[in-house]
Amino acid sequence: MRFVDEFRDAATARALATKIAGLCEPGRQYKFMEVCGGHTHTIYKHGLEDYLPETVSLVHGPGCPVCVIPMGRVDDAIAIAEHPDVIMTSFGDMMRVPGGRGSFFDSKAAGTDIRMVYSPLDSLKIARNNPDKQVVFMAIGFETTAPSTAMTVLRAAQEKLDNFSIFCNHVTIIPAIKAILDSPDLRLDGFIGPGHVSTVIGCKPYDFISAQEGKPLVCAGFEPLDILQSVYQLLLQLKEGRCEVENQYSRVVPWDGNPKALEVIGEVMELRPYFEWRGLGFISHSALQVREKYASFDAEKIFNVPGVRVADPKACQCGEVLKGVLKPWECKVFGTACTPETPIGTCMVSSEGACAAYYNFGRFSRERVKEATHS
Amino acid sequence: MCLGIPGEVVELLDDGRDLAMVSVAGVRRAVNIGLLHEEKLAPGDWILIHVGFALSKIDEREAQAALDWLHGVGDAYTDELEALATSDIT
Repeated sequence: MRFVDEFRDAATARALATKIAGLCEPGRQYKFMEVCGGHTHTIYKHGLEDYLPETVSLVHGPGCPVCVIPMGRVDDAIAIAEHPDVIMTSFGDMMRVPGGRGSFFDSKAAGTDIRMVYSPLDSLKIARNNPDKQVVFMAIGFETTAPSTAMTVLRAAQEKLDNFSIFCNHVTIIPAIKAILDSPDLRLDGFIGPGHVSTVIGCKPYDFISAQEGKPLVCAGFEPLDILQSVYQLLLQLKEGRCEVENQYSRVVPWDGNPKALEVIGEVMELRPYFEWRGLGFISHSALQVREKYASFDAEKIFNVPGVRVADPKACQCGEVLKGVLKPWECKVFGTACTPETPIGTCMVSSEGACAAYYNFGRFSRERVKEATHS
Repeated sequence: MCLGIPGEVVELLDDGRDLAMVSVAGVRRAVNIGLLHEEKLAPGDWILIHVGFALSKIDEREAQAALDWLHGVGDAYTDELEALATSDIT
């Protein structure tokens, strides 16, 4: 791991922190939002906010696809799973997410056949092996997982499987960022752009943020120094009066993204007129649905989906956390009624949710930074 | 689900299904490489895998950095590896 040791060097981090402090104008407050759960994780795990001046704060956005699924969609999926002869398949991340009538785990305990899979291709295999069952894949995720779902549908079509379909809940990152920018609750100075999503969509789709909204964006890697470097680049842009999209993570993210991945998404899916996001409400053209051409693989066309709308529990403030208006520990039920073992809201369920990340790591970070400073 | 796991290509399978055998955390796994057609992958190349699909080609240094980051995320990585262990997409 010698490569990593130099990357994780606390002395380098402190040097970068000094450069960051030097770029801050006295008396000005800076707020940057990261829209990727992986970044949130790194920030809490390494206590990065403690390396930054108090005038620079990092705000966590709606970057966890599990967290933004509204409770009604969980209920809809369970309604599909309750059909006789259905095997529902899902990533493990979704299993504990509470709907209005409980989670997938609760439904499974009550007798439905819901199975955890690692890949949509595992679902496809279950369909091949169970020709007398209808196998449904609970498709979730941003542009990172949408191409995998699309490739799986194409494979199912090639194999002429008639017992495989997807319940499509894929969401797209750009409309969510637009919704955040339109929100009056929050004034942001720039964005730390997502890593893996950008591998697929590239950097160009963020142009509107700099061109129309006047905010800089830097696509960032997941190492602590990547995040600090991105904050430095954002501040440098502000200092120099620039407003651009920059790619700090060019070692993985190509400027144009992955054209093949975009092509397969476009072949199989199209934008929905609107989709409900947990905490953000209905956002137009913010999610994907299966194209008519592949309707025989669309669970929403095959099954009678109730289309339930369920209000979030009153005590839950996931909405404010997802918009970056509240920090996890500012939520009334954080760490008391709502913990990773007994989550009330989605942000505590997914390991990439801001609340779970802070609960698991953030509380200890300040102590560690102190140790690093004294070592 | 959101984690990108690095793997080293061991063998390209020529069965028309875009599969390659990849060494992931020391275990040989089938991975779909259909999204990386233009990269012309070869044994020894490193890839970043998401839910059974290679999404990008990376260098060895980045693979090591990604692995170290994953070790740091704890349960989420352990859960992902457990899910991967039960996966068989051949």
